Amino acid sequence: MSFFDSFEVAWSALRANLLRSILTTLGIIIGVASVIVLVAVGAGARQDVETRIASLGTNMLVVYSGSSRVRGRAGGEGTDKELSEGDLNALHNGVGGVMAISGQLNGAGSVVFGNANWTTTLSGVHPDYLTVREWPLASGRDFTPQDLRSSAKVAILGQSVVKQLFPGEDPVGTTIRIKNTPFQVVGVLSSKGSSSFGRDQDDLVLLPMTIARNQILGKSGVTPDQVGQIYIKFDNQTNLADAQEEIENLLRQRRRVKAGDEDNFNVRNLAEFMKARTEVLSTMTYLLGATSVISLIVGGIGIMNIMLVSVTERTREIGLRMAVGGRRRDIMRQFLVEAVSLCLIGGLIGTVLGVASAFIVAHAGEMAVLISPSVIFIAMGAAAVTGVFFGFFPARQAAHLNPIEALRSE
Amino acid sequence: MTALALTAPPRTPAKNAAASAKTPLIRAENVSKIYTMGDQTVRALDNVSVTIEDGDFVAIMGASGSGKSTMMNLIGALDVPTSGALYIDGRDISEMTADELAELRNRRIGFVFQQFNLLARTPAVRQVMLPLLYARPRPQDPEAMAMERLRQVGLGDRADHHPRQLSGGQQQRVAIARALVNNPKILLADEPTGALDTKTSEEIMALFCRLNDQGITVVVVTHETDIAEFARRRLTFRDGRIVDDAINTLRRTPQGGPS
Repeated sequence: MSFFDSFEVAWSALRANLLRSILTTLGIIIGVASVIVLVAVGAGARQDVETRIASLGTNMLVVYSGSSRVRGRAGGEGTDKELSEGDLNALHNGVGGVMAISGQLNGAGSVVFGNANWTTTLSGVHPDYLTVREWPLASGRDFTPQDLRSSAKVAILGQSVVKQLFPGEDPVGTTIRIKNTPFQVVGVLSSKGSSSFGRDQDDLVLLPMTIARNQILGKSGVTPDQVGQIYIKFDNQTNLADAQEEIENLLRQRRRVKAGDEDNFNVRNLAEFMKARTEVLSTMTYLLGATSVISLIVGGIGIMNIMLVSVTERTREIGLRMAVGGRRRDIMRQFLVEAVSLCLIGGLIGTVLGVASAFIVAHAGEMAVLISPSVIFIAMGAAAVTGVFFGFFPARQAAHLNPIEALRSE
Repeated sequence: MTALALTAPPRTPAKNAAASAKTPLIRAENVSKIYTMGDQTVRALDNVSVTIEDGDFVAIMGASGSGKSTMMNLIGALDVPTSGALYIDGRDISEMTADELAELRNRRIGFVFQQFNLLARTPAVRQVMLPLLYARPRPQDPEAMAMERLRQVGLGDRADHHPRQLSGGQQQRVAIARALVNNPKILLADEPTGALDTKTSEEIMALFCRLNDQGITVVVVTHETDIAEFARRRLTFRDGRIVDDAINTLRRTPQGGPS
């Protein structure tokens, strides 16, 4: 019997018991749909974290000054002796593989344009800052070393600030006032979205380090040559763990940390930190996937059950088919095709349902959802495997019937 | 038993059959079939030897438990003997694998059952096609072959009818068309008229006679004497043995029915 004939026979058998077939496939439908939804949600969350890792900049280390202890009370990060321009220069020249380096000195302040004003983060940075952070400009130009040397009153705006102060306008070339000092807007950053901690990374104004430190942030207790955090981007050949050790050695020396004492600074690999989160998410995705595999198994047992019923009901038909020349493998294939068809139809409906629910989840829950074609293939494959696996036993049962007894059965 | 005389073997083949005396179509040699039920053994067939020539029309008779059904299952290659040899078309079926038996049934034997055994919700033409779907190689146009057989049994205009839309006699004709579709050598009918009224029964038997006249070997298992009277030869079973093997000298000739 050809495959097509088997399929035709299976199809008419399924259609003959339409309601039963539909109910039987429900288990598979739910199983496949949940595999697709859960994997989509898991993959979406992971992709979300991955884009955030990318938004941090790759091959990057961040140096913070440590926390000072005043009478035994820790003051928090950045309260210890500040990192200075000297530290930055030493790192630039003394550590191998540095591609770009920049400080970032943060403060807050109000920005005014016309009648509009907006309080935002003000960051003093070096000209390499956008290179280190891999943060392209949307328009305008980057800071130049000349801007830094001359304490030029120029600013680059983040997208959120542009939205607040310049709705529908191009701010490049205009003059804004920061703490009553006029600054010329020379560039606008592209959007980076929110950080993994939910902070709006686009809500900031970048200023050259010199003018920021000396005039804008100076009043809020800034020491003469501090640079805040130092972002360092390394070339691709550099091993970040080695670079981290080099930085630590150099800074311990410069900042006179005695052997055995704790560092008064921290070096962080943010990407590593985020990667750990990705791994947690991956594990969760697999766990969720495994849970839905259980529903597939339950669905498969339902299929097996109904196939056994079908074999019993059609014993006479099986006997007849054997009498007119059906071989065992023909009978076996007929019932396997029937079981697999059931599962594939369930898989198809489940896929449609799963994709639809994933979209609903994405919409309603504002969650990141990622449906990859491979998940659909895997889910359909799993359905087919379920059909073969749970259809095998009933099909074997049918194939090994004695034709005489089968013909005699009622 | 009244109208019968003359015990047979060695017997002459039917006069219109193109049979070769060398290789009979069916030859049983000391065939026994023993069923084991728990610790009891039942000797359903006990050392049966018989030959059926190509082109013959044989009625197998006997009470239930006489062994006639077992004999039919063996002739139909649905089962193999416990001991002895059973040759169908020159090959011993006890030497054959399950697949070879299936192929033998497919190519050489057409089955007709008491309960017709048609598939529910399936049009007549598809019923008739069924054996062709298991044939290897699969024929080019099974539907055309099925249609031809339906016309042969007088149901050319009922090809799309489902079993429920057909009378008992028509259903049995569909079953006969199905049995014929692969050009078998043997038409094996198990109580073919058991579910039919007298008039329809005679029509069905007339059809068998006509097919036999065209050269096909017909074996009918029945317990009805008036059905057996259509056969050329009558084998009577009792307790697993053939107790009577007679030429039907007063053969009934079919009246009416499609000819």
